[in-house]
Amino acid sequence: MSWEWDVILEHYPRLLQGAWLTLELVLFSGFVGLMLAIPLALMRVSDRPWIQAIPFAYIFFFRGTPLLIQIFLIYYGASQFSIIKESALWPILREPYWCAIITFALHTAAYIAELLRGAIQSIPKGEIEAARALGMSYPLMLRRIILPRAFGIMMPSYGNEVILMLKGSALASTITLLDLTGMARTIIARTYTPLEIFLAAGVIYLIISALLILLFRILEKRFNRHQHWPNERPKDLDPQH
Amino acid sequence: MTDATVALEISDLHKSYGSLEVLKGISLTAHEGDVISILGSSGSGKSTFLRCLNLLEAPSSGQISFAGEAFKLKPSKEGNLESADQKQLERMRASIGFVFQNFNLWPHMTVIENIMEAPVHVLKQDKATAREKAESYLRKVGLFDKKDSYPNQLSGGQQQRIAIARTLAMEPRVLLFDEPTSALDPELVNEVLNVMRDLAAEGRTMLIVTHEMRFAREVSSQIVFLHQGQIEEIGEPEKVFTNPDSDRCRAFLSTHF
Repeated sequence: MSWEWDVILEHYPRLLQGAWLTLELVLFSGFVGLMLAIPLALMRVSDRPWIQAIPFAYIFFFRGTPLLIQIFLIYYGASQFSIIKESALWPILREPYWCAIITFALHTAAYIAELLRGAIQSIPKGEIEAARALGMSYPLMLRRIILPRAFGIMMPSYGNEVILMLKGSALASTITLLDLTGMARTIIARTYTPLEIFLAAGVIYLIISALLILLFRILEKRFNRHQHWPNERPKDLDPQH
Repeated sequence: MTDATVALEISDLHKSYGSLEVLKGISLTAHEGDVISILGSSGSGKSTFLRCLNLLEAPSSGQISFAGEAFKLKPSKEGNLESADQKQLERMRASIGFVFQNFNLWPHMTVIENIMEAPVHVLKQDKATAREKAESYLRKVGLFDKKDSYPNQLSGGQQQRIAIARTLAMEPRVLLFDEPTSALDPELVNEVLNVMRDLAAEGRTMLIVTHEMRFAREVSSQIVFLHQGQIEEIGEPEKVFTNPDSDRCRAFLSTHF
């Protein structure tokens, strides 16, 4: 068989265009998802059962069903309800772009909420007691102690979740969006060079992953800077010993 | 010292966990400048008692007041008492210093940030003032050079001294110490006790739950011996340590001194 490398060179600006949309979908929905996850996680650690039940049901649904089903439900499902079609939301829910953002955000929020819940629960109780004993209110404690500590603890697994979302975002192509995967398929339909173009798309996904991993390394260092000794390495972490 | 102002008044404090009654009606008054050490074997309820005083633990019944102001309490669903006025609770807690057995510094903040945190965000001091005060309290506990370290770069004794500085920065009217040296290696105990000795000498009002008998005898104006949730013996240190009325207290002291 013969490889047609030119086809990659010829179409790579369009692939980059798709990559840009992919990145936009992941980062935008990742941010919205994180914002949604905070109240969900806080409700989840509440000691009142009926408050816990709401995020529990939410998380149960979004973790228990395929992302593809969720995206179809919102994209095809929303138009079935006249109440939505007549509402002010319709101009947004009509757009595949917004449908993808909303679905991804709702989906990733469920996962992040669980990560955040675990992180909050693993903060030593004494640190929170110290805050209470000093007269801090609950909102102040959240802002200054609980959330900064929890973000530090969950950062490695949060990075993992964003990488998973990067790959999940390929499903945006099923609702006509020209993200990296969608763009690749469009080009292939025209050129009949699936191997070259999918290979190029794969390489671009790898590069985006690498960049995201790097970004989260930096964030992790920043949030957990208290765990990095300036001059010495703790001996028990050193493989030499 | 009877003419001194009442700093802390506790009356008929009870605390139960389910059917287990841990505190069986404790009443205690501390005047300003008093240093009261609370002794007792483990399970006698001494930590629970101290933790009830700023409502870290919910008492089942009783009254607690600091400087004449009583905690507004109401019954909770679990059958204990809880604060009926969150704002009052926060304001009163800010004026009651509490030092924990496990220091409980916030690991994500540097030493100076730990100390400035509550003065800036609870008392709304401006940062420059708070920093200046934090630095002076750090000098007081002898750890000024550690101000930019993170807590887990420090020894237990250093962390506890920082925790004391963090409490002092709130300029509390009463200091509560919950076994402040029990989590420390033996060679680190003294550096913490020395800081507490200085505080007692300054005339601060302190309640100390401790196992350090020698220290308690030396700094306290009053000793309280708790047994099974009740005050078994109370009095001046010389009396309690040399000639206690209670046999249980005598037996306890003879095994711990």
